[in-house]
Amino acid sequence: MLPECDSPNARLAVLARQLCAGGTDGSTWEHVQQAPPDPIIGVNDSYRADTDPRKLNLGVGAYRTEEGKPYVLRAVREAEAALAADPAANKEYLPIAGLPEFNRLSRELALGPGHAAIRDGRVATVQALSGTGALRVGAEFLAQHLPPGQPRVVYVPNPTWGNHKTIFGKAGMQVREYRYFDAKTRGLDFAGMCADIGAAPPGAVLLLHACAHNPTGVDPSPDQWRQLLALTQEKRLLPFFDSAYQGFASGDLDADAASVRLFASAPGPQEMVLAQSFAKNMGLYGERAGALSVVCRSKDVAGRVESQLKLVIRPMYSNPPMHGAAIAARVMADPRLNALWKEELAGMANRIKAMRQALYGQLVARQLPGDWSFVLKQIGMFSYTGLSKAQCEALTRKWHIHLTMDGRISMAGLSAASCPYLAEAIADVVATGGSA
Amino acid sequence: MALSTSAPALAGLRPVLNALPALTRALVQPASAAATTLFGNVEQAPKDPILGITEKFLADTNPIKMNLGVGAYRDDNGQPVVLDAVREAERRVAGSHFMEYLPIGGLRDFISESVKLAYSDDAAVLREGQVAAVQSLSGTGSCRLFADFQKRFMPGTKVFIPEPTWSNHFNIWRDAGVEFAKYRYYKPDTRGLDMDGFLEDIKRAPAGSVFLLHACAHNPTGVDPTPEQWRQLSRAMLERGHFPLFDMAYQGFASGDCDRDAASIRIFLGDGHRLGVSQSYAKNMGLYGQRVGCLSVVCDNKRDASAVESQLKAIARPMYSNPPLHGALLVTKILQDNDLKQLWFKEVKGMADRIISMRSLLRKRLEEAGSPLPWGHITDQIGMFAYSGMSPEMVDALAAQHHIYMTRNGRISMAGVNTKNVGRLAEAMHAVTSGKL
Repeated sequence: MLPECDSPNARLAVLARQLCAGGTDGSTWEHVQQAPPDPIIGVNDSYRADTDPRKLNLGVGAYRTEEGKPYVLRAVREAEAALAADPAANKEYLPIAGLPEFNRLSRELALGPGHAAIRDGRVATVQALSGTGALRVGAEFLAQHLPPGQPRVVYVPNPTWGNHKTIFGKAGMQVREYRYFDAKTRGLDFAGMCADIGAAPPGAVLLLHACAHNPTGVDPSPDQWRQLLALTQEKRLLPFFDSAYQGFASGDLDADAASVRLFASAPGPQEMVLAQSFAKNMGLYGERAGALSVVCRSKDVAGRVESQLKLVIRPMYSNPPMHGAAIAARVMADPRLNALWKEELAGMANRIKAMRQALYGQLVARQLPGDWSFVLKQIGMFSYTGLSKAQCEALTRKWHIHLTMDGRISMAGLSAASCPYLAEAIADVVATGGSA
Repeated sequence: MALSTSAPALAGLRPVLNALPALTRALVQPASAAATTLFGNVEQAPKDPILGITEKFLADTNPIKMNLGVGAYRDDNGQPVVLDAVREAERRVAGSHFMEYLPIGGLRDFISESVKLAYSDDAAVLREGQVAAVQSLSGTGSCRLFADFQKRFMPGTKVFIPEPTWSNHFNIWRDAGVEFAKYRYYKPDTRGLDMDGFLEDIKRAPAGSVFLLHACAHNPTGVDPTPEQWRQLSRAMLERGHFPLFDMAYQGFASGDCDRDAASIRIFLGDGHRLGVSQSYAKNMGLYGQRVGCLSVVCDNKRDASAVESQLKAIARPMYSNPPLHGALLVTKILQDNDLKQLWFKEVKGMADRIISMRSLLRKRLEEAGSPLPWGHITDQIGMFAYSGMSPEMVDALAAQHHIYMTRNGRISMAGVNTKNVGRLAEAMHAVTSGKL
């Protein structure tokens, strides 16, 4: 369909495009296909469109209160207000690597302030656009700077957060999977995991979820982490931790950093990469506060690595957004706000745990066949129910419960009031196989 | 461990000597460590030519130092400015208790206000739903989204970039994997536009190429085509079916009038071009560190606009998932409220006027200092930067001897000039040029 032509030049424009497009009705972008909607974010859209009053949003991983409302932490509100009132605050560009204080506090949060790697100055940290941004900058850096001649390959758990594969793929890395989730037990397939990781070539990147694995909620035990470290070192793999739920999993920031600290303290010293997000644990979702750290062998190397990270960042967005990082830095640095934050974080984690208890209780009360204890054993915001695609579709179609089709439910979207409803719905689709 | 070029005898050995650190490291490291270290051989990257200047400036302890490098506005006291319109918007947004993820494409209201600002409130393409638009990470982020989009959906095309241009343009398209070519733009002997060269390069470029155009206040030269020249350029590009991508980082900041500064875009739009626009609010709203921008692509119809938008979102998702919220909230507040919008227009004109008056003052002081060189270009040029014509050596001398910092292409950020330091700047420029320009 030709657009309106109200001038000779406009007609010329249409002709020129037709000639260049090579078609008789050549609109400039007619070859561009509509991209499929993002599966996770698509759930929010379908929830919004649903008019049924019983609807439940168990899709995207954003914390909700018992009343189903988003929650801006008091520590964050106070930090934000303090920033707004600060006469010295301005809106100037941050350095390419971001807010230095935020970077320092972020790596201290992850590794512990006294960690040898930090004391030795061998951790290069850059502020990033939340977890996604940290992963992407890290992936681009690795694709460019892993030793030449070495294959650019990353091993990710099966399953993993969908965006992981896209991110590493975009950076030009080959993505392979290691076994992770055991559908029978709805727990960890540790033997399979070790076998697959053991087969990785030296220098392969090993993506590990620091805690509260997304989407399954299944985490290795401390002893299994130790075995994974030994395997990583034996096979000379590069661990890349994705830490999006520190403090959110157990309610304790240090406990949730155990895997990261174990690896960072390993002899070598162990080189590793860490992506941190403050989206969930500080509720800073939309402000995109995150950090990428690269633990190196020496201060000299860390300096060079940081300089190269900046070269990745500059042509992507020049320098990171200030608002979220400034808030996060304030919350971490101010003793009173820090304490308040820890309290609120524990509160959120405890509510999630309570929902697990409640759901489990409801499922058991309905005498559902099978072992549903995984609901209690899985950790963090998500539970991998093991429901089939058909069953998930039925949950949405019949029960107006919105979730991703892999059977992942966000526990944060539940309340004491809605647990019985969810349990009933699960019981129904389990009985019918989703065909009703 | 950089090697200075002041030892001519060693100049030939320079590549070898510069490689010594890496070679030494390789020899000194025990074999096992060298075999297993993954980052050990990462090289030190060079400093960014623009942002690296600020680092040098900060390292200088002399109190009379001047930073004329990065294009960030300063008031007459050399202080950064938070606009009153922004402060008021901040007050209204405070305590909104909303920090949820934005959609991948960003804040809807922000996007609709932005495209109105660029294309005009009643642009037909907006009414007809022909514009694909997403919120982006300021100007850099907009350009990068487009560059990635070009790589995927305009395979084999190059991006044509003006000579000279903002240094980061090369990095952006390089990282997107798109080849670039340069088009003639600036004529050093006239210090004006090389219109003939420009038109010739438009003709010579393969049909359907992407042409990156600075909508107004060309960075670094400050030389803009006139409206009549824009019309000629538009026709020439139509004939070749080129895709115009406007980088608009200074709307309102150039002339003081937002509509006037967007005239180039509107001329092209009127001629029926299907074009793209990268908008930044870093300078004109002083929202530098908030990273607020918008990328829009004018399409033929709604279907195309929807498809293009969905693909831009697919590019954003593995880069940052969704754009930062705060800056977009501020911009939206300002543009949606008529009083705030008018206040902003006044403030951006105020900034532009101060720059224009600094240009006059600098030229006057240079002439008063007795410089015999022609300095008319200082006042002829428009926007934040004055392309002084000084050589890299002169720029180095300004830093070393006068503690005045600017990029080595002789680009002066006029925003850093004020009534208190313009005299010293003129004296210093006169001293280092002493008739050599």
